[in-house]
Amino acid sequence: MTKLIGQRIKRNEDPRLLTGQALFVDDVNIPGMLHAAFLRSDYAHAYLRSIEVSAALNRPGVVAVITAQDMGDEWQPGPPLVSPPPTVKGVIFNSRTQVPLARDKVRHVGEPIALVIAENRYIAEDAVEDIDVDLDPIEAVVDLETALDRSAPLVHADLDSNLAAHLVQHRGDYAAARSEADLVIKRKIVIDRGAAAAMENRGIVADWDAKSEHLTVWDTTQAPIPIRNGLAQRLGLSVGQVRVIAPFMGGGFGPKMMMFYPEELLIPWVSMKLGRPVKWIEDRRENFYATTQERVQVHEAEMALNKHGRVLGVSHNFLHDSGAYDPYGLTIPLNTQSHVLGAYDIPNYYSDLKVVFTNKTLTTPIRGAGRPQGIFVVERLLDIAAKELGIDPVEIRMRNFIPPEAFPYEREIIDQAFAPLILDSGNYKPVLEKAAAMIGYERFVRDEGPRLRAEGRHVGIGIVTFIETTGVGPYEGARVTVEASGKIRVATGVGTQGQGHFTSFAQIVAEQLGVGIEDVHLVTGDTSDFHWGTGTFASRGAVVAGNAIYASTQVVREKILKLASKVLEAPEEELEIEAGQVRVADIPSLSISLGELALLANPLRGAVQPGTEPGLEATAYFGPQYGAAAFGVHAMILEVDPETMMVEIKRYVVVEDCGTILNPMILEGQIHGGVAMGIGNAYFEKLIYDENGQLLNASLADYLIPSAGEVPRIEVGHEETRSPLNPLGTKGAGEAGTIPVPALFAQALENALADLDIEILEMPLSPNRLFEILQKKEKEK
Amino acid sequence: MSDLHDVAVTVNGKKYHHAVEPRLLLSDFLRHDLRLTGTHVGCEHGVCGACTVLFDGQPVRSCLMFAIQANGHEIITVEGLGTREKLHPLQEAFWEAHGLQCGFCTPGILLTVVPFLESHPDPDENEIRQAISGNLCRCTGYQNIVDAIKLASEKMKT
Repeated sequence: MTKLIGQRIKRNEDPRLLTGQALFVDDVNIPGMLHAAFLRSDYAHAYLRSIEVSAALNRPGVVAVITAQDMGDEWQPGPPLVSPPPTVKGVIFNSRTQVPLARDKVRHVGEPIALVIAENRYIAEDAVEDIDVDLDPIEAVVDLETALDRSAPLVHADLDSNLAAHLVQHRGDYAAARSEADLVIKRKIVIDRGAAAAMENRGIVADWDAKSEHLTVWDTTQAPIPIRNGLAQRLGLSVGQVRVIAPFMGGGFGPKMMMFYPEELLIPWVSMKLGRPVKWIEDRRENFYATTQERVQVHEAEMALNKHGRVLGVSHNFLHDSGAYDPYGLTIPLNTQSHVLGAYDIPNYYSDLKVVFTNKTLTTPIRGAGRPQGIFVVERLLDIAAKELGIDPVEIRMRNFIPPEAFPYEREIIDQAFAPLILDSGNYKPVLEKAAAMIGYERFVRDEGPRLRAEGRHVGIGIVTFIETTGVGPYEGARVTVEASGKIRVATGVGTQGQGHFTSFAQIVAEQLGVGIEDVHLVTGDTSDFHWGTGTFASRGAVVAGNAIYASTQVVREKILKLASKVLEAPEEELEIEAGQVRVADIPSLSISLGELALLANPLRGAVQPGTEPGLEATAYFGPQYGAAAFGVHAMILEVDPETMMVEIKRYVVVEDCGTILNPMILEGQIHGGVAMGIGNAYFEKLIYDENGQLLNASLADYLIPSAGEVPRIEVGHEETRSPLNPLGTKGAGEAGTIPVPALFAQALENALADLDIEILEMPLSPNRLFEILQKKEKEK
Repeated sequence: MSDLHDVAVTVNGKKYHHAVEPRLLLSDFLRHDLRLTGTHVGCEHGVCGACTVLFDGQPVRSCLMFAIQANGHEIITVEGLGTREKLHPLQEAFWEAHGLQCGFCTPGILLTVVPFLESHPDPDENEIRQAISGNLCRCTGYQNIVDAIKLASEKMKT
């Protein structure tokens, strides 16, 4: 068997992408297609008094203008995506889901109010300007910390307050641990908003064919199957009448995940009403207002330690900003709770979470999804404690790691899937040692750092650790088919947004079936090809879909060998599959191709044996018992320019343990990109809302995504602790690169500016904000 | 709005004559009128660089130009570089060095780099990073793009 899993293999999908031949949603062109544009709210919080659309309707080329009133009984808030709330004692969850078009009130800037359909997008946008809308603005809820005040205006007037959810989780007895502690570190930690800012904005094309009673939808979704299911339900169709295709996508990063955005329902709905294909492509400004965001939390956090630096307990009260609605439930803050104990064996924990409605764009998971906040809190508290106790930051982490023999390790809290949080496997120490060695930690602390400091330079080192719970259920499936051409067709339900699925999944199949990577043709994200599954999220593609593909391939392999054994009149044990041929190991001339076998397995005449199935094909599913926990360490050396407060990252090291590696080239690429996004989260990317809930930097000129000048070369090392929960031993890695970067930045900045003795307790920073922190410190002195 | 203007433009060596509204963006003209959808639109305000095409050999943001401005000019889009069967050496290098993930920003980067490599046949890492600093990529962290461009410069020398 030629070993393909674990090899650096260039990607099957690239020639199409490199030549402009890959289909993205905006490339879909159907004769007679109409174009949509939305009137969106300019206010964060306002009563909708009236809408006058006649001028828009009279504009030549305009086909329809739809308001909430026009939808009649079909106007309904969207279904909650992640429900019900967890069965934790005393949990409060107020579900308020987004509406297709605002009816009485708008609750965030960018909320859709009316939909215009016209012969082309230019006319549709002109007609949006023709609509006369009377919005009566009221005070907006913006600040998370005052949103629960009695005097705060209400985002949802039918609730008593802006509380969306309240949940307490605990383990052990934190109060007792605290009373025994030698040191208690208490800090307020604030994390602000950022955007996913995928290079491709969202888009939908819907085509209702009245005669065949069939709806085809091309959607930039990470979850085509749930979208298909939801559309069928809302539009009164059978799932067989709806085909959702998630074609090539220009990045996902979370916000393209089964939101049931208003547009996602409205465009198919209006296509059915008009009997015409309709296209809507989000523009970048809409993407800033109407595509979901993440990260806002405020923590009052405490860590109790003994004098040896062993953490006895962690406690935090935290606020999480859900934005105007909360369809995604508690996924993000539950992830924060699952990560706020980091990679450490901490016996006592208390967590009080309050989720708050505000008049801002909704928050749903973005690459990291609550984990960066949790890791930021624990790593910061640990750094501050290490300093107080005079313990080296690497050493204090070593002392607190969950030891390898403690796995599977139960946290005694529930995770984002409402299941008990169990870390399946891990061996953390060698990963930290490797990262420290790669960056030359000891040498820097002993020689280089002091020498540079003596020269008056502000160069610092940082090293932090993180876990990532990945690969959660419920399940994914795949169908593997040997075609008469000898090529292999694989269909799976997950969507793909650049992760290299066409290649890494092909490696799993090709290795088992003895064919070339290029002979494996993968179909993802088309509900007509595979229609069971959930989607690409939570770093689960390689784990859940990967193992489903592995399982179906195993069955196909058995079928191939069984049939070949009959045809070649040789026992199965003596057969091998190589280069698309099944042959008798000792007699290579005695062979048959996979294509010929596929034909024999699907005869036109004769009798198929009872109890057998035609073809060389199998469908299988994989549902993990619980998630697989990956681990990693990031380390960096950075220099701060004291004049401009710009940072130069001189070295960046990642050591990642995500179990079995399918394709190290693809994995390293994912890590590079994750780190780049993390650097944005740490030092460049902040969505700035004013006191009226207006987003002040809604363009790529003002919201700064790191460019090639800001992202350093990243050195990646690997360890492989296989997950015992799946046959491939894989763990997810898609979000890993992003998670620890803010924590790392904070530690390295403090180290670089050690003489100024600052504490970084907020993210994102910026050169400007760092300057303010230094000014404040100077004044205190 | 309905007054139409003639545009005669050569795209990837092929001549096109179209009547367009004066306000039609060059990016929309290429994508929707000529059906050359390899040119991608990421921001429509000239920042992300995804829509970069060659205009008389120079990289321009097609979202910041009107189609009528292309009258009498020559444009190269990603469809004019290489084919799936015979990739341009720059495309080959991106394939080998894993210089793309979702591939959405890639056409704009390729067309930014083609003239860059003509003027910088042996670029160092800093020059490469400068050259692509106006092209945003959200997937790769740029490292493999930089390596791909270096690899392309070597391929194109031989």
